[in-house]
Amino acid sequence: MAEKEKNEFVKQVAEKKYEFGFTTDVQTDIIEKGLNEDVVRLISHKKGEPEWLLDFRLKAYEYWSHLKQPTWGHVHLPEIDYQAISYYADPLAKKPKNKEIDPELEKTFDKLGIPLEERLALSGTAVDAIMDSVSVKTTFKEKLREKGIIFCSIGEAVKEHSDLVKEYLGSVVPYRDNYFAALNSAVFSDGSFVYIPKGVRCPMELSSYFRINARNTGQFERTLIVAEDDSYVSYLEGCTAPMRDENQLHAAIVEIIVKDNAEVKYSTVQNWYPGDEQGKGGVLNLVTKRGDLRGVNSKLSWTQVETGSAITWKYPSCILRGDNAVAEFYSVAVTNHYQEADTGTKMIHMGKNTKSTIISKGISAGHSQNSYRGLVRATPHADNARNYSSCDSLLLGSNCGAHTFPYMDIHNDTAVVEHEATTSKISEDQLFYCNQRGIPTEQAVGLIVNGYAKEVLNKLPMEFAVEAQKLLSVSLEGTVG
Amino acid sequence: MLEVRNLHAEIAGKEILRGIDLTVNDGEIHAIMGPNGSGKSTLSAVLTGNPLYTVTEGEAVFNGQNLLEMKPEDRARAGLFLSFQYPVEIPGVSMTNFMRAAINAKREYEGREPLNAADFLKLMREKRKLVDLDSKLAHRSVNEGFSGGEKKRNEIFQMAMLEPTLSILDETDSGLDVDAMRIVADGVNKMHTAKTSAIVITHYERLLDMIKPNLVHVLYKGRIVKTSGPELAKEIEQHGYDWIKEEADARYDD
Amino acid sequence: MNSEQQYIDLYNEASGMLKRHAAEALNAVRDRAFADFKAQGFPTRKVERYKYTDIPALFAPDYGLNLNRLEIPLNPYDTFKCDVPNLSTSLYFVVNDSFYNKMLPQAGLPEGVIVDSLGHVATQKPGLIAEYYARIADTREDAVTALNTMFAQDGLFVYVPKHVKIDRAIQVINILRADVDLMVNRRVLIVMEQGAEAKFLFCDHAADNRKFLSTQVIEAYVAENASLELNCLEETHLKNTRLSNVYIEQQANSRVNHNVITLHNGVTRNRLDLVLKGEGAECHCNGCVVADKEQHVDNNTLIDHQAPHCTSNELYKYVLDDNAVGAFAGRVLVRQEAQKTISQETNQNLCATKTAHMYTQPMLEIYADDVKCAHGSTVGQLNDAAMFYMQQRGISKKEAKLLLEFAFINEVIDKMELEPLRDRLHHLVEKRFRGELDKCEGCDLCK
Repeated sequence: MAEKEKNEFVKQVAEKKYEFGFTTDVQTDIIEKGLNEDVVRLISHKKGEPEWLLDFRLKAYEYWSHLKQPTWGHVHLPEIDYQAISYYADPLAKKPKNKEIDPELEKTFDKLGIPLEERLALSGTAVDAIMDSVSVKTTFKEKLREKGIIFCSIGEAVKEHSDLVKEYLGSVVPYRDNYFAALNSAVFSDGSFVYIPKGVRCPMELSSYFRINARNTGQFERTLIVAEDDSYVSYLEGCTAPMRDENQLHAAIVEIIVKDNAEVKYSTVQNWYPGDEQGKGGVLNLVTKRGDLRGVNSKLSWTQVETGSAITWKYPSCILRGDNAVAEFYSVAVTNHYQEADTGTKMIHMGKNTKSTIISKGISAGHSQNSYRGLVRATPHADNARNYSSCDSLLLGSNCGAHTFPYMDIHNDTAVVEHEATTSKISEDQLFYCNQRGIPTEQAVGLIVNGYAKEVLNKLPMEFAVEAQKLLSVSLEGTVG
Repeated sequence: MLEVRNLHAEIAGKEILRGIDLTVNDGEIHAIMGPNGSGKSTLSAVLTGNPLYTVTEGEAVFNGQNLLEMKPEDRARAGLFLSFQYPVEIPGVSMTNFMRAAINAKREYEGREPLNAADFLKLMREKRKLVDLDSKLAHRSVNEGFSGGEKKRNEIFQMAMLEPTLSILDETDSGLDVDAMRIVADGVNKMHTAKTSAIVITHYERLLDMIKPNLVHVLYKGRIVKTSGPELAKEIEQHGYDWIKEEADARYDD
Repeated sequence: MNSEQQYIDLYNEASGMLKRHAAEALNAVRDRAFADFKAQGFPTRKVERYKYTDIPALFAPDYGLNLNRLEIPLNPYDTFKCDVPNLSTSLYFVVNDSFYNKMLPQAGLPEGVIVDSLGHVATQKPGLIAEYYARIADTREDAVTALNTMFAQDGLFVYVPKHVKIDRAIQVINILRADVDLMVNRRVLIVMEQGAEAKFLFCDHAADNRKFLSTQVIEAYVAENASLELNCLEETHLKNTRLSNVYIEQQANSRVNHNVITLHNGVTRNRLDLVLKGEGAECHCNGCVVADKEQHVDNNTLIDHQAPHCTSNELYKYVLDDNAVGAFAGRVLVRQEAQKTISQETNQNLCATKTAHMYTQPMLEIYADDVKCAHGSTVGQLNDAAMFYMQQRGISKKEAKLLLEFAFINEVIDKMELEPLRDRLHHLVEKRFRGELDKCEGCDLCK
C-alpha cells in the first residue's frame, strides 16, 4: 500500500464516530453526589432491601474506604474523584400514570435495537433492560417462570428470592476481592439474576442490556447466575452510553455458579462510549467477572467482543474446582483513538482432569493500547490439568501498542500448559490481493479483521454475532460512505 | 514361541479384544488381516505392553514367560519387537544414542558386556545396508524429519540391530510403494531363521507375496474369526471381508 | 527490622573505609547509589520484576563483608583444575570480588587488549572507567544494582580495541572462598570497540561450604559490528545465593550471544537487560536450568528493541525435580521506532514432581506495527508415546526418561557457539541427570 494511502486509511479509522452517543430526556431521580455510609444506607433504603444486604454493603464500604485505587495494569487510570459521582439514578421514578414505562425510555431502547415489547423481540431472546441504576423491564419473565427459571433484576430477586440471593451473592467474588469489587459491593444497583433449576435447559437466550444515561453517575451493576445440576443457559450482555465529555464510571461484578454437569455460556458485546478522537470522555469499564465451576463436568464459556470504553480493565475468570470441569475464554478486543484495554482471563485449575482454552485476539488502531493479561494456575491437586492459550495481536498504524502479559504458575507435574502469541500487521500482500479484486482498502481491512476475529465471533449466538461483526467493521472501517 | 489364550483388552473402558487365541511356533510367520477397527493394532500394543491398554482377561506366554506381567522394556529385551504402525518422533535424541542405549540394555539383560563404540558403529553400518538406509539418518534425531518410507525402513533397521526372536510388523507396508516394500520384505526375509518368528499385520495381500506366511488369520470385532493357509489372503484380496463378516456375525451374537 | 537497614547503617559507618580501599572512579558513583538504594529499599514480591524471588528475606541474614580488603589465602592455580577439555582458554580467577593478579598466565592476548582488575585499571586509567562504569546499570531502577554499586570495590575489566578479534575464549573462574558467611559484591565491565570480537566463559564455584550471598553486576558495551559471546555457568551449592544483573548495550550490526546455565545453586536470580540501540543488531539469549532439591532459579529478562531491523531470539529451558522452584519472566519491548523487528521468545519447562513449581511469564510489549514477534511457553511432561517407543526397544523407563530430558535440554546447549563448552555441558548435564554429579568434577574445589 502506498504510504500516502496508508496514512489516509489510518486517519479514516481514527475518525470513526460513535453511533450510540445520544441521551434520553427522561426525568431521573438522582441522589446527591458523594459516597459515605449514609449514601450506602440510602441506596439500600430506596431499594427496600433486607437488613442482611445492608450489612453486606456496609462491610464492603468499610473495607473499600481503607483501600487505595490500584495502579497496576497497562492503562492510565485517572485519579477518580469518588465524591463527584452520584451512586444512584432512577429513570423510572417519575413515570407517567397508567403507563408501565415512560415512552421516552421505550424509544431509547428501540433506537438501540432492543425492543422491550415481547412481540417485537429478537427471536428466542429474553431481555432485562437496565438504565443507570434501575431495571426498566424484563421480558418473557412469565414464560420462563413456567419452567422454574428465574430471570429478573437483582433488585427484584432480593425481594422475591431472598434466600437464593443471600446464599450466592459474594460467594464467587467476595467484597474483599479487589478495590472495584469492594466499591461495587457497597453501592451496586441493578443487574440481572438468573436461576436455572436442576435438569432444565433454558429454552431461550437470556440477555441484559445496560445503558448509562444520567450525567455524573456511575453504573454499578451486579449479575448473579446460578446453574443447578444438569442445567444449561446462554446469557448475553450488551452495553452503550451517551457521549459525555467527562469519564463515566462503570464498575460491575458478575458471579456465576456452575454445578454438576451444568453449562453456562456468557457472551458480552461491550460498546460503552469510548471517548472522542482526542481521548476526551468515555466510560471507565472496571469489571470483575468470575465463574465458579463447582460441579463435576461443569462447563463455562466466556465470549467477549470489546470495542467500547475509554479504559477497560476486565478479566473474566474461571475457577475450575469440580473434576473434569471445562472452561473457555474467547475474546476480541478492539481499541482505537486513545482507548486503553487491559483484558484477559484467569484459569485456576483445582479439580482433576480440568481443561481450559484461551483464545484472545487484540486489534489496536489510532493511539490506543491493547493488552492481554492472563493467568493460568495449576494447583497441586489439579492432576492432568490442561490449558492451551493463544493470544494474537494485530496492529493498524504505528502509533498504537499491542501487549501480551501471560502468567503461568504450575504446581503439578501432570499439568500440561501451552501458551503462544504472535503480533503482526495486516500483510500488504493480503491488501493488494483484495485491491486487485476491486475491494477498496478500508473494506479489505474490515474483511481481514473479521476473518482474523472469526474464531471468536463464531462462539457468539447468531444474532449477537451479526451485531458484533457489524461493530468490528464500524469500529475500524472508518468513515466509509 | 507365543501362546495367547482368551485375551481380552480394553482402552478407556471400551473393550477392543474379546478373546484372542493364537499360537505361534518357532520359525513360523503368521499374517493377521482384518477390516479397519477390528483390533489388529490393539493386539500388537497389548502384546508389547503399551500402558494405554488394559488387559481384562486371558494370558500370553512368550517362550515360557508370562508376557503380561513383564514391563514393556523386559518384553523387548526378551526378544519381542514391534515395528510401529506410526513410528514416534523423538526430537533431540540421535539415532546413534538411541540404538546404543537399546543394544546395551539388551546385552545387560543377557548378562553380556556392553558393546564398545567401534564395534557398535560397525554393527550400525552393517545393518543399515540391509534396508538401504542412508548413513545421514543415523545422525538425525529418532524419526524426526524422516519420510514415511524412511520411518518404516528405520523400523526394520532397528529390528536387524536388536535381532528379536518374535517380530510384530504392524502395517509396515502402509504408505510404501512397491520398491520400498520390496526393501522391507527382503530385510525381513534375510533375518528370518528357523528359530525366529513373525506376526505380520497388514491390509493387503501384496506384502504377503513377498513375506510368505504359514498361516493367515482374520481378526474381526476383537476375535480371530478365520484361520487358513496363504490362499486366504488371495481370497480376501478378491472378495473382500463381507463373506467372513457374515459368517462371523452369524456365529457371535453381538 | 527492614532488611535494608543493616546495609544503610553499614554504609553510614564504613563508607570512609570502603572508599579508602577503592579507586576514585568507583567511589564517584557510590553516594548516588546509596541515595538510590535508600529511596527504593529492597524490592518486595509486589514489584513486578521481583515477583518470584523474595529479596528482603535473602538479605536479612548477617553476612560478613570484606570492605578493608583483607587478603584471602588461596592459590587458585593449585586448587583449580577444572578446565574445559580442549578448550584452550585464557584463564583468569576472581576470588570473591578480587581479581587474582598473581602469576598471570601468558595469555598471548592481542595488543591493546586489557583483561585486568577493575580496581587496578580504575586507578591507572580513571577516564576510561568513568566513561562506562555504572552508566547502563541504572541504580535508580534496581536496588540490588544500587547495593552492588554502593559496595563494589573490585572485579574484572575487559577492553577489546577496534577490529581486534580474540580467538581464544577468556575464561573467568569466580571462586567464593571464606571461613565465615560472606557477602560478595562483584563487578564486571566489558567494553568492546567497533568490530571487536571476544568470547567469555564465567564459571561460578564455591570453595567453602559457607553461606554466600553474591551480587554481581556485569555491564557490557558492544559497539558497531562488534561480537560478544558471554557464557555464565553456575555450579555452586545449596547454601549459595547469587543475584546477577547483566546489562548489555548493543550498537548497530553488533551481535551478542548470551547463555546462562544453572546446574547447581541455592537461590539464583539472573537479571538481563539488553538494549538493541543500533540498527541491524542481533542478540541470542539462552538459558538452561537443571534443578532439584530446594534449588530456586529465577531468570528475568528484558530485551529492549530501540532501533529498526534488529533481531532477538530467546530460548530458556528448565527441568525441575524434587522441590525446585523455577521462574522465567521475559519481557520483549519493541519501541515505536523499532520497525522491522524480528523477535522470538520461547520458554519450555518440564516438572518431574508435584512439589516442583514453575512460574512463567513471557511478555510482549509492542509499539511498532511492522514487526514479527512471537512467544511461546509450555509446561509439561515427557511425551508418553516416545517413552513407550523407547521401552519397546528395551530401554528402561529410567533411561528413556533420562534420554528425553537430556534431549530436551540439549536444544539450548546446542545454541552455544563455543564447541568445547557444548561438549563439556553435554557431559555435565548427562551426569547431572544421572545423579552422579553433585558438584562439578575434575577440580579440588568441587570434590
